[in-house]
Amino acid sequence: MAENTTQTMPQTPVIQDESLFLQAIKEFFENRVAAVGLVLLVIIVGVALFAPYIAPQNPYDLMSIDIMDGKLAPGSKSFDEATTFWLGTDSQGRDMFSSILYGLRISLGVGVVSTLIALVIGAVIGLWAAYLGGKTDAVIMRIVDLQLSFPAILVALILLAILGKGIDKIILALILVQWAYYARAIRSNVIVERGKEYVEAAKCLGLPQRRIMYMHVLPNCTPELIVISTVKVASAIALEATLSFLGLGMPITQPSLGLLISNGFKYLQSGYYWISFYPGVALLILIVSINLVGDRLRDVLNPRLKR
Amino acid sequence: MLAFLIRRISQSAVVLLVMSLLVFVGVFYIGNPIDILIAPDATPAEYARAVHELGLDKPLWEQYTIFLKGALHGDFGNSFVYNEPALKVILDRLPATLELAFTAMFIAVIFGIPLGMAAGMNANNWIGRNIMRFSILGFSLPTFWVGLMLIIIFSVQLNLLPSGGRGETVLLLGIPVSFLTLSGLAHLILPATNLALFKTSLAIRLTRAGVQENMQMDYVKFARAKGLSEFRVIGLHVMKNIMIPVITVLGMEFGSLIAFAVVTETIFAWPGMGKLVIDSIGVLDRPIIVAYLLITVTMFIIINLIVDILYSLLDPRVRLGQER
Repeated sequence: MAENTTQTMPQTPVIQDESLFLQAIKEFFENRVAAVGLVLLVIIVGVALFAPYIAPQNPYDLMSIDIMDGKLAPGSKSFDEATTFWLGTDSQGRDMFSSILYGLRISLGVGVVSTLIALVIGAVIGLWAAYLGGKTDAVIMRIVDLQLSFPAILVALILLAILGKGIDKIILALILVQWAYYARAIRSNVIVERGKEYVEAAKCLGLPQRRIMYMHVLPNCTPELIVISTVKVASAIALEATLSFLGLGMPITQPSLGLLISNGFKYLQSGYYWISFYPGVALLILIVSINLVGDRLRDVLNPRLKR
Repeated sequence: MLAFLIRRISQSAVVLLVMSLLVFVGVFYIGNPIDILIAPDATPAEYARAVHELGLDKPLWEQYTIFLKGALHGDFGNSFVYNEPALKVILDRLPATLELAFTAMFIAVIFGIPLGMAAGMNANNWIGRNIMRFSILGFSLPTFWVGLMLIIIFSVQLNLLPSGGRGETVLLLGIPVSFLTLSGLAHLILPATNLALFKTSLAIRLTRAGVQENMQMDYVKFARAKGLSEFRVIGLHVMKNIMIPVITVLGMEFGSLIAFAVVTETIFAWPGMGKLVIDSIGVLDRPIIVAYLLITVTMFIIINLIVDILYSLLDPRVRLGQER
């Protein structure tokens, strides 16, 4: 009998959830700017995922590039008249358009992976800090406050100065920079949620703590987490680009957008603006579209604004 | 208050100690400085002697205590590249960084506060919305990207302003500054604007929120009832009430300006300590890296401590004894 109740209990909110979900989607598209942002974002993610199939050239296949095509202006034909470089070429003769597609892939991948890992770590730590309370909570939150009092770029700089370059190191740095935000956000959410009736009801059913925390409290904190992590993906991508630009991030063999911009920076003064400029535009569109989506999500998912 | 101070200072000391240990172990122990310092064709005997002379054969904790003792006396060792004490190399470049940061803060205040007030008064029309759009852009665009655009537009295309360097400097109270010469000023404008953008956006947001909050207050209604012009109500009465929080937050952000100067200085080849540390990481000049990181972290801890104390003095409702 007791088992029966536990299984039927969550049924009602699930049905309600779905209609709320549809409502949220409808509401999201009411704002045209945000809709444009979402469409742009979907396109970017699409081209980043399918870069090897879309890109006219594999910029890291040395057979397909020709040094004779170096530093060609946008729209010019290749040396053998076979291809047109719509966005120009870099000093090695790589097609900028292809490089940007591959760069997007790396930038987006690093940003999303690091955010997801930081989200999981931060959520677990925040959840248990709120739940355990007392000394543990105080110590964890002191560490969080302390870390957040330093700017992200300084924390990343310290870590990368110690560890050196590399995709794994930059992901580690981005995780370290981000986890504290999630821990703090989820802790304050859990403290509010914990006092609510559904938690008491779950306790009365004799459910184990672990189950209450992960299956009941955590799902109620997800809207907030979705909003924060969307915006944080954008700032993670921006930070990775900045660090790569400074020469601390990605190795030369895995050029993200930031590294592409950095490579072109040397030629900026000589008038070869496109080597830096177009990767910069790609980065701009990526960051702005994520922010537009994140901003709208905050409006849609924020229960305070609805009432 | 005293108990709070003692606790905070001891906490800060622990943080610094942990930081120094991390940085020391990370930078000195993982990599082997001997390989850089000694000629590759040295005999094993020469190699062993060099290791012994540099004290690298001692146990790690002993090396760390020696380093710590030196660091407390301001001795971080000699820079491998400049062959001068690391601390001196960094302090030589501190004025340039501070000048850049102060100029950026100045720009953020003189543009951010009026724009924020305009946005607060025109919250629902195109003026307010456009100012807010600008501030969103300022928040989300990476600093280096904006710097790049500034160079493309003002240096390469329009050929108006120099893209790098510091220009002519003159001594002011024994410190070289560039804002007093024409060439120095021309060199300062672009990097300072670049660094200021983020803080300008922040100032706009804070001021706007403050204006909107204060416009609901009784004293504004009273001032209007008295027949004061709108300009006077906002420019004088509201202004006075929003300045304290805005200035406090901006003051707190000063430390992050110095951290972000790393990016701006690299782009505009500004000879400050941010560019120095990036160059040093590139050539593995370890003493400089360690000294920069520890100095910056110390600076941050001190700024945070001062801000916390000032906060409690400005606003008695903030009680320092019980943090949450």
